[in-house]
Amino acid sequence: MKSVQTEVLVIGGGATGAGVAWDVATRGFDTVLVERKDLGEGTTGRFHGLLHSGGRYAVKDKLAAEECIHENLVLRRVAANTIENTGGYFVTTPWDDPAFGDRFMEGCRDCGIPVEEIAPPDAFRAEPRINRDISRVFTVPDAAIDAWKLVWDCAKSTKEHNGKILTYHRVLDILRTGDVVRGASVRNELSGEEFDVHADVTINATGAWAGKVADMAGCPGVQVLAGKGIMIAMNHRLVNVVVNRCTMPADGDILVPIRTVSVIGTTDIRIKDPDEPDVTQAEVEQMLDDGEKLVPGFRRARALRVWAGVRPLFKDVRAPETSDTRDVSRSHALLDHEARDGVTGFLTITGGKLTTFRMMAEETVDKMCEQLGTRRECRTSIDPLPASRTGKFYWLGERLSKREATMHEDQLICECELIQRRNLERVMKQRSSTILDDIRRAVRLGMGPCQGGFCMYRATGILHDVERIDSWTANRSLRDFLQERWKGVQPILYGDQLRQARLDDWIFHGVLDVEHLPTDRLEDRAEREHP
Amino acid sequence: MIEDLIRGSLDHCVKCTICETHCPVSRATPLFPGPKYVGPQAERFRSGDVSPDDSLDYCSGCGICTQVCPQGVKVAEINSRARRTLKESRGIPLRDKIISRPTLSARLATPVAPVANWSLRNKLIRAAVEKTIGVHRRAPMPKFAGRTFQSWARKHDAPRLDRSVVYFHGCSTNFFEPDLGAKTVAVLEHNGFNVIAPRGQGCCGLPLQSNGLFDDATGYVERLVAKLAPYAREGYDIVATSTSCGLMLKREAYEILGMESDDLRVVSERMYDICEFLLDLQERGELETDLSPVPMKVPYHVPCQQRGHEMGKPAVDLFRLIPELQVVDTQRACCGIAGTYGLKKEKYDIAMEVGRHLFEDVTRMEPEVSVCDSETCRWQIEHGTRIRSVHPIELLHRSYEL
Repeated sequence: MKSVQTEVLVIGGGATGAGVAWDVATRGFDTVLVERKDLGEGTTGRFHGLLHSGGRYAVKDKLAAEECIHENLVLRRVAANTIENTGGYFVTTPWDDPAFGDRFMEGCRDCGIPVEEIAPPDAFRAEPRINRDISRVFTVPDAAIDAWKLVWDCAKSTKEHNGKILTYHRVLDILRTGDVVRGASVRNELSGEEFDVHADVTINATGAWAGKVADMAGCPGVQVLAGKGIMIAMNHRLVNVVVNRCTMPADGDILVPIRTVSVIGTTDIRIKDPDEPDVTQAEVEQMLDDGEKLVPGFRRARALRVWAGVRPLFKDVRAPETSDTRDVSRSHALLDHEARDGVTGFLTITGGKLTTFRMMAEETVDKMCEQLGTRRECRTSIDPLPASRTGKFYWLGERLSKREATMHEDQLICECELIQRRNLERVMKQRSSTILDDIRRAVRLGMGPCQGGFCMYRATGILHDVERIDSWTANRSLRDFLQERWKGVQPILYGDQLRQARLDDWIFHGVLDVEHLPTDRLEDRAEREHP
Repeated sequence: MIEDLIRGSLDHCVKCTICETHCPVSRATPLFPGPKYVGPQAERFRSGDVSPDDSLDYCSGCGICTQVCPQGVKVAEINSRARRTLKESRGIPLRDKIISRPTLSARLATPVAPVANWSLRNKLIRAAVEKTIGVHRRAPMPKFAGRTFQSWARKHDAPRLDRSVVYFHGCSTNFFEPDLGAKTVAVLEHNGFNVIAPRGQGCCGLPLQSNGLFDDATGYVERLVAKLAPYAREGYDIVATSTSCGLMLKREAYEILGMESDDLRVVSERMYDICEFLLDLQERGELETDLSPVPMKVPYHVPCQQRGHEMGKPAVDLFRLIPELQVVDTQRACCGIAGTYGLKKEKYDIAMEVGRHLFEDVTRMEPEVSVCDSETCRWQIEHGTRIRSVHPIELLHRSYEL
């Protein structure tokens, strides 16, 4: 059996894992990252897109607030390309206590968060859609951050520093000799190949799944509560600034303009299995009601898609049982299993939030260095990520503006997200995946209003060509992607999106008859039907 | 709220592409990426006062996309508002500032009309104008009449009639086609209306609006409706012979400029296109029908802006009342001019290509005149066909033998 040797094995390809790999690799360690699916496919890719200023926690959790504002400023420097500098409002709606605003201001000032109260009419002029009954408005340096771009870029930097990123590699077991963890055995989920990754240090950065991985290493009792939150993406920018309710953290209290959409979030429900977060009708209704409070007419606006993310909330097993996961600290937890379980070469980092992912990685790798008895300086707060070296923030019009130059020679494949053929082909070659959903995350294919209605079949044809796959595989990709898109649309089928779904349905069922497209070879089918 | 009304309408787009198949401009040039692209699609990438896409300026603003959209997306209005941001962020060219203020140049030129007209038809001068300002040397220019409609109206000996109607004649009738104004008055008087033509009617601001100068346009509308509103409040209907200017006060000042004012509201409620007004009379049995034969076969072109009134084709219905008049509806989308679009150096050829089929249809018929409600379209059609183009009122006037 083949095996891979490395200094550090990172398990988990979300922001935490990618951040750890970035940090480890840039400190000059040999690194391998394994992820059971694709990068950013779990919690990271399912959040609302907010780069916290810390304002959200300024009253309730000062430590978290301070971490946020610190990291907010660092990421603006090292990950500028993934950030849109939208700014943020905290607003007092008629449902909020106006006096909270004073505590909020005070909290922000205590934590070093730049805050300013502005006159509501000024806010209404800048953001004409927000509720005119808002009585107080505070500005903070919130921003929008593209988690996928962030994770890709961490991966890119890792590779530039000779690290390896192995996606679709599932950890089957943690390799342990006595009290020393020596890596993991993994399976390539696409080829079925199994092999061992031998490492001096193994870092468990699997978020809501961290307890399961720790169990494999024989370190029981790592309890990570899975807090499910749903988010709804609205078809366009209802606001261009992050709008938060000025109140204690609650459900549906935030509206984030991210890329071409605005995302309302979120709920917080404790679930048992992080792999199965479902969206309920009641949650959707609740989000729409909350959206209505921030932006009147919210229910009439077009909802594009709904999804559920699972936040990992580490819980001290000794603390009393609580069912509201929001009350559990959002700050991260770094578990030193040497101290905790007497197991060396193994660290677990979980909890936290996207805004603080870099800090979490830094702490983790500092701890690792300490255990290894070396000192290497952390580079991630100094050297910008590869795509952010120009130091320029992302801006909404970027794609539209870029296309001006090439529009006469390069076909537009995904019209909603303005993805051109050459770029799509390049990404397909780079990713070398036959899974259209992977391509989606890389370029946002099919993520606009028509939800793939017009680009999916085009992209399938191109994938067929680029990857030289057979038609059965291509058909499977198309159907899987269609199914994936449908999942997010089905719970919000009303109004404009329902009309879109009808048209898409005519295209895929009426014209293309996707249900009956052959997805395996004739021989295989015959074999299956008449064994 | 304007954000809901216009930008919000992009939510209705299902990407069906019907607007793209009807767009006369994207058919004529690849420089314009099409109404779906620059409208509901690109709008999602726009925010604030930054303008990412210059190509949107190739939209002529004809408004056909909004007309044909089965889902109710205000495509043209989205584009107009985006163009404003574009113009403001790039700086508005001197050319656009000049051609969007017809009253200003007309006031200067009217006293010296022969010289002005000679200049506008002098090839050397036009070449110089093209070079310096960017107005295409062959672009159609109206002739200054030398006298204004208002000066005619002041001397006009009006009969005393029971009913009154207010005439919003616009700049073009005042300075370029006072004859049309006089004929309109004659037709209205023949139908028992005393015609009030309020003095000091300025420009409606439409050319400013279509060139992205929204603030100036808003000022123009405010001044104009302040003149007209007192009449509207007294219960007078207002008629317009300029379809596009009428539409500006009926709808576009709300939907594109985002204005909300009481003056505008009362004026827009009372505003009628002249043919719409006359057809209403006919439907109530109040239209004089002493129409004598006009034995002609003429092509009729519905201007894009007239479609924006959403009133059908009242001129065609009126023509049916005229004995022996044969009218052929060209069914062509657009003549290309779109107000000031076809005047511009970089857009003249596109405008001529947009109108090419219409010009061919008209020329093939070899008519005495062609008919069209909108003045800039008439000038363009005359330019493209060398055949005189007239307002529907002219045919009614002839048929009434006034």
